[in-house]
Amino acid sequence: MEEPAILSFDDLHVRYGAHEAVKGVSFDLARGQVVAIVGESGSGKSQTVLAAMRLLGPDALVEGKVLFEGKDLLRLPGKELNAIRGRRIAMIFQEPMSALDPFVPVGAQIAAVLRRHMDLSRAAAKTRAVELIDLVGIPEPTRRAHAYVHELSGGQRQRVAIAMAVSCNPEILIADEPTTALDVTVEARILDLITELKTRLGMAMIFISHDLGLVRRFADQIHVMRAGEIVESGPAHRILTAPEHEYTKMLLAAAPRAMNRAPQKDAPVLLEARDLSVHFSLRGGLFTTPKKVKAVGHVDVTLRQGQTLGLVGESGSGKSTLGRALLKLVPASGYISFEDRDLSPLNRAAMRPLRRKMQLVFQDPYGSLSPRMTIGDIVTEGLRVHEPHLSRADRDTRAAQALDEVRLDAVLRYRFPNELSGGQRQRVAIARAMILKPKLVVLDEPTSALDRSVQADILDLLAKLQSDHGLSYVFISHDLSVVRAMAEEIAVMKDGRVIEHGETADILTHAKDAYTQGLIAAATLKALQVA
Amino acid sequence: MTESAMIETLPGARPSTTRLSTIASLAILIAIGLACFLGPWLSPHAYDRVYRDYVLTGPSLVAHPSPEELDMSLSALTQRLHIESAYAIEGDTLHLTLKSPAPVDPRVARYFDHSDLFGTAKIIGHGAGDHSLHLDLPIRQIYFLFGTDANGRDLLTRTLIAGRISLAVGILASLVALFVGVAWGATAGYLGGSVDAIMMRVVEVVYALPFIFLVIVLVVVFGRNFVLIFVAIGAVEWLDMARIVRGQTLSIKRRDYVAAAEALGATTPAILWRHILPNAAGPIVAYLTVLVPRVILLESFVSFLGLGVQEPLTSWGILIADGARNIQASIHLLVFPAVFLGLTLAALNQLGENWRDRLGVGGA
Repeated sequence: MEEPAILSFDDLHVRYGAHEAVKGVSFDLARGQVVAIVGESGSGKSQTVLAAMRLLGPDALVEGKVLFEGKDLLRLPGKELNAIRGRRIAMIFQEPMSALDPFVPVGAQIAAVLRRHMDLSRAAAKTRAVELIDLVGIPEPTRRAHAYVHELSGGQRQRVAIAMAVSCNPEILIADEPTTALDVTVEARILDLITELKTRLGMAMIFISHDLGLVRRFADQIHVMRAGEIVESGPAHRILTAPEHEYTKMLLAAAPRAMNRAPQKDAPVLLEARDLSVHFSLRGGLFTTPKKVKAVGHVDVTLRQGQTLGLVGESGSGKSTLGRALLKLVPASGYISFEDRDLSPLNRAAMRPLRRKMQLVFQDPYGSLSPRMTIGDIVTEGLRVHEPHLSRADRDTRAAQALDEVRLDAVLRYRFPNELSGGQRQRVAIARAMILKPKLVVLDEPTSALDRSVQADILDLLAKLQSDHGLSYVFISHDLSVVRAMAEEIAVMKDGRVIEHGETADILTHAKDAYTQGLIAAATLKALQVA
Repeated sequence: MTESAMIETLPGARPSTTRLSTIASLAILIAIGLACFLGPWLSPHAYDRVYRDYVLTGPSLVAHPSPEELDMSLSALTQRLHIESAYAIEGDTLHLTLKSPAPVDPRVARYFDHSDLFGTAKIIGHGAGDHSLHLDLPIRQIYFLFGTDANGRDLLTRTLIAGRISLAVGILASLVALFVGVAWGATAGYLGGSVDAIMMRVVEVVYALPFIFLVIVLVVVFGRNFVLIFVAIGAVEWLDMARIVRGQTLSIKRRDYVAAAEALGATTPAILWRHILPNAAGPIVAYLTVLVPRVILLESFVSFLGLGVQEPLTSWGILIADGARNIQASIHLLVFPAVFLGLTLAALNQLGENWRDRLGVGGA
């Protein structure tokens, strides 16, 4: 701690017109130290570091000082700045796709950085690039160096981005939510890699995250940001064990508490699926036969009245597809029955009257609301389909009631989605599903795109709606800690199959499958048990 | 984070200038539209009236004929008659005395009747031995604010009548393209699969037909007709529109809100109308603002080939082509129609741009 700061922020402000995104942030980063900036979306944490790297757009007004070895980065001429940026201070971004060029093999991209900043010869840069790809733990580095970005998985892409960032042995590595876009099990491995590289290369690091649980493993100092200000900062163990600020405490109350509801075996079966399979056919070229990809294979599902089934798995495991197949929104083979009625032979028109009893809520509250419709129109769209006799005034009243039920101000019905926050939007999406008084709601990652504080509210709301109306949920999530809070039963999916199925408590305590155990480990990694 | 911050700063800065330019553009379009619609009726000149004495007159606010024009015109006339003349102007009348060694035939007065400068000549009296004739010629005051063209027709009236044609073609042909293209593209994009494949192959087949060939076939089959221009231009321009709308639809139909509407049980037409079209409106409007000018230019090309609007009826495209040929001698022939066309196109573009901003196309 006594070491002189290598990078220090001094009263940094970022303004966009009248809006102040960062309000006077000051902190120091010592050599070899890891500083974590934690806050929810919109707290200004990314803006802070982007401002320091002079990567903000021209409409951002930046004031204050960012000193790197005594030089103010904000006032350095472009040439000197470029000698520091990338060479001595490197960055990793949330979405590796945006940092990599899709038209150049990854090895060549890394080599280009080396040739530019390190003055290596073509051959030397190439060799070094392969070494770096090996360093970040990608198997078969020589072959992978010739791969294009789209040929790599999400985790490998982030590894390549990291290789590129550390290629010039930077003194400071800035990581802006480097694992947010990745699956939980991949996330754990990337974090391991970053920590390992940090100790091996002796870099200082600024790690930006929305998740306090994530940074606990390697941060020395933690700064908690809210609304452009640092509300609390201090050594990691103190912040995690004895938080002082309300906001930090709220962030720490991470895992939603479990409900521990016992499944009611005697409740009537609402939805039953037997041997359900979904195939997608990829259209081949002129001379290749169409290829069939199996998204979901031979799955059995039973859901009883008033119960919640949790579908857990990583991206690509087919859990969303299964959710939609259960509602007959994607063509599937197999037998589905809803309220003892066989749905399999019904076509789209025949399904229409049944649609009001089975609804869907999506993960992304930004994508699931049409930006051209008012909230009132969005919420009442189902009424236009199923109760066409209602007048405009009737629909308006119903919209107000529906918004009231999801604890939103009824005045919002005259607004457009872009005027609402993420949490408000998700409530609107829930209101849209609930206005038809459905029996079954498929919740496709309803809280994954939301901030922690909002997440808990939405889960509360969903639980209340369930007990008020006797709803049955199919709750899809990659996050076991959320599913645990909601579901009586859990089905774990991998590669389109259910690999494990049972009561929540059983699965969590006696997982048989190695994959399930990995998921549980990843979930507990985030849930704070620092006591 | 950046977006939300920027959105919050927007209300302060943007609307005033946007609003101003929207109002200005609308005002220009309405003014030009009204002028073109009503102007030809209010104008003292018919669009096809030829003034032989005022060929290629420059634009001016002063009434014609000017003293020089009077002098020149009189001397030209009397020279043709081999008669000497003297005149004096008193108000709106011109007292003219004609002298000649031979007796002056009173029928010469008719020559003056044919002139565009004068009204009906009145014979006041004869001089001694019929060697002179006294005439009173009422001078006709005529205004040519924009000047006249090479045939001596009033350019103001012609510009306005041309505006009627150009605007009518521009708007109607664009509407044809809009409706056909949007319906076709949205249907193909939303239904997808083999329906999409067949519909888009049809588009490609029509694309492959040469435009001029199509126009000639239409003219041969139906005869030359004003309506044919809309049909022919609309029949070609909807192809691009269909492709644009199809592309938009393809990307929009994968959005969650369309899936949500399907989950609610909405019918295909309802989804197209309530979800796909409003969200594709940005690019459609953008293309429409490009389309209207393009159609106006295309019309002038067709007319130039003699397949569209025919003389003495005219359009801005024809007037501009005319003016460009006479650019050295009389630039006003080019300037006035060009200003009208330019203002219209600029206003349309600005309006489209503001509309696009309002719909927030950038956000998508």
